[in-house]
Amino acid sequence: MMKLLTASTAITLAGTGFALAGTMDDIKARGHIQCGVTQGVPGFSNPNDAGDWTGFDVDICRAVAAAVLSDADAVRYTPLSNTERFTALQSGEVDILSRTTTRTLNRDTALGLNFAPVVFYDGQGFMVRESSGITSAMELDGTTVCVSAGSTSELNVADYFTANNMTYEPVRFEKADEVLAAYDAGRCDVYTSDLSGLAARRLVMQNPAEHVMLKETISKEPLAPAVRHGDDAWFDIVTWTVYALIAAEELGVTAANIDQMKAEGSPDVQRLLGSSETGTGEWVGLDNDWATRAIAAGGNYGELWARHLGPDTPLKLARGLNELYTNGGIQYAMPIK
Amino acid sequence: MTAPVLPPRQIFWTRRRVKSLVVQAVFLGGLAWLFYFLFANTTANLQRQGIASGFGFLSQRAGFDVSLSFLPFTSDSSYGRAFWVAVVNALVLSALGIVLATVLGFGLGLARVSKNWLIARLATVYIEIFRNIPLLLQLFFWYFAILRQLPGPKESLVLADLVILNNRGLYMPRPQVDQSGWVIMVCFAAGLCMALVMTLRARQQRLKTGHGPKCWFWWPIGLFALPLTAYVLSGASLSFVIPELRGFNYRGGMLMLPEMLAALLGLGFYISAAIGEIVRSGIQGVDRGQVEAASALGLGRRDIMRLVVLPQAMRIIIPPLATQYLSLAKNTSLAAAIAFPEIISIVAGTTLTQTGQALEAITLAMLFYMSVSLSIAAVMNFLNYRVLRHGN
Repeated sequence: MMKLLTASTAITLAGTGFALAGTMDDIKARGHIQCGVTQGVPGFSNPNDAGDWTGFDVDICRAVAAAVLSDADAVRYTPLSNTERFTALQSGEVDILSRTTTRTLNRDTALGLNFAPVVFYDGQGFMVRESSGITSAMELDGTTVCVSAGSTSELNVADYFTANNMTYEPVRFEKADEVLAAYDAGRCDVYTSDLSGLAARRLVMQNPAEHVMLKETISKEPLAPAVRHGDDAWFDIVTWTVYALIAAEELGVTAANIDQMKAEGSPDVQRLLGSSETGTGEWVGLDNDWATRAIAAGGNYGELWARHLGPDTPLKLARGLNELYTNGGIQYAMPIK
Repeated sequence: MTAPVLPPRQIFWTRRRVKSLVVQAVFLGGLAWLFYFLFANTTANLQRQGIASGFGFLSQRAGFDVSLSFLPFTSDSSYGRAFWVAVVNALVLSALGIVLATVLGFGLGLARVSKNWLIARLATVYIEIFRNIPLLLQLFFWYFAILRQLPGPKESLVLADLVILNNRGLYMPRPQVDQSGWVIMVCFAAGLCMALVMTLRARQQRLKTGHGPKCWFWWPIGLFALPLTAYVLSGASLSFVIPELRGFNYRGGMLMLPEMLAALLGLGFYISAAIGEIVRSGIQGVDRGQVEAASALGLGRRDIMRLVVLPQAMRIIIPPLATQYLSLAKNTSLAAAIAFPEIISIVAGTTLTQTGQALEAITLAMLFYMSVSLSIAAVMNFLNYRVLRHGN
């Protein structure tokens, strides 16, 4: 709430020309990127034992920082609640919102945001106790549902129950931790959120094995990093950094083989990594090595996935729609040329 | 010896009256300019960033549900309706909290000055515990204490098949009358008015002459006999909707949500500790001679407290009591943390995020708290004025 007030005040007090164009200049002047993240979702953005932020969303910010400032560590993180996140971005408190945020028309337009490419195709699901015997979302009539206030989940669940002629009682918390604690304490029959979020939060429950996810997915939740509307130069950089990570996976460029690929790769690889005559740096306003640094920071899109979300992580998520288009998914980088 | 020094002739603009007027005018002008600047600058910034502004969103469909609403509300209702739902919820919580805190607080205050060692010490311990722990922590304590201790719906604690307690709330039968129920309500209201009028008249007469007619019997007549007669004569049928377990939860009946219960207990206990101290200081602030004089007149201990000490203590008690009521009303905002659907949760939370109109939502929330605070202050000032003027 405090953050919200300071951010609102920033909008009120800021002088003319504020936070519109010139995000890049601001970043260069201050020497780091301000990255808005969650208040702690394992796999996406969560402080580790040493107190450093880690996760899939965090690595997106690190890749951008590597591309822009040649230093993946030049990022400062601002944990934001659902309610605070958009105001913090609008007011310039953060430069990029990499925070499991669903891209919607309303947010893209009325909230004055621009969304970079989708980094995670998610959908909303339900979690219940195995002992409840519920196996399908159609059996949820009359249940109590714990949900995060100010999320798309809150709206989807209302639509879903109305559409299926079912009733429910919502219990709405602003903080994800409190939603979890209340569900875990038995306040609700059902916990609803994005499937990835459910998987992440199940890890920190008292007894994760007691809970099961229902098979239904009731919505489309394309999660994408967001920046302020109106600063096209900065928007381009974030957009193409994400594409560069995906393109690197398409082309087989990894953090390990990047030097070798830069020397010997195909023309597409050479263009991506800026080793050929036709570098892409000038077009995005950076030097030709921008994509190399972004990829070297944490690996390509697939590597980020495997490290934070994939089968070898506690979350054990299947890539599903997030596979490359060549592997049956829908992830696809726009041509980098 | 020096000649007396005459004060120098004052120039027009150094005279105190003029000077203070000028200073005030400049200050007011500056303030007005500041507000204008804030408003104009905000509007310009929002417009340039392409962020929607204005209160038009209040008529849009809300699209979310709330767990507790005294007004009809569905996800098809508007954001404006959601605002009023939040207002009513916050007011109900404040009102119940004020009643609980006042009753507990006066009891505590009296207990603190009690001659009984045990009672006085217990009251002290209570006050020191509840007033020294932050309210937010207390709210979490009550909420999770309720949730963790109580069983799920299927293993509910059931009292005589009527009152059901589980971690989804406290269920009670809901009285229901058929169409002619309004007759009973009208009789009840009429009975209440009658009893009030008779009591006030008796009081006036007593103040004037020293003797007033007995009037206590008007209360049972007005509140019970009259509506009951109406009930029997009108042939209305009164029934109770009894909560029953259907599917996952109990349905029907009256439901007190755990969020409501925890918020009420947290706020009530916290503020009652402060009120207890205010009442104690009020009682101890009454001159010792008053008590001695009263007992010299042969009044008993109860009568001394009731007729002599408390009426005078009220003069000391009411102003700080008003502060506590204000604080309770504003502290209802903390109940958002335990999912109680009030202003912060619905307006400055969901509405703000779903519409993205932070400034408007925060403005609405601020307007609400300011109106409530000013209203409470007005009522308490009026009470204070009465106490100072009339002594009760």
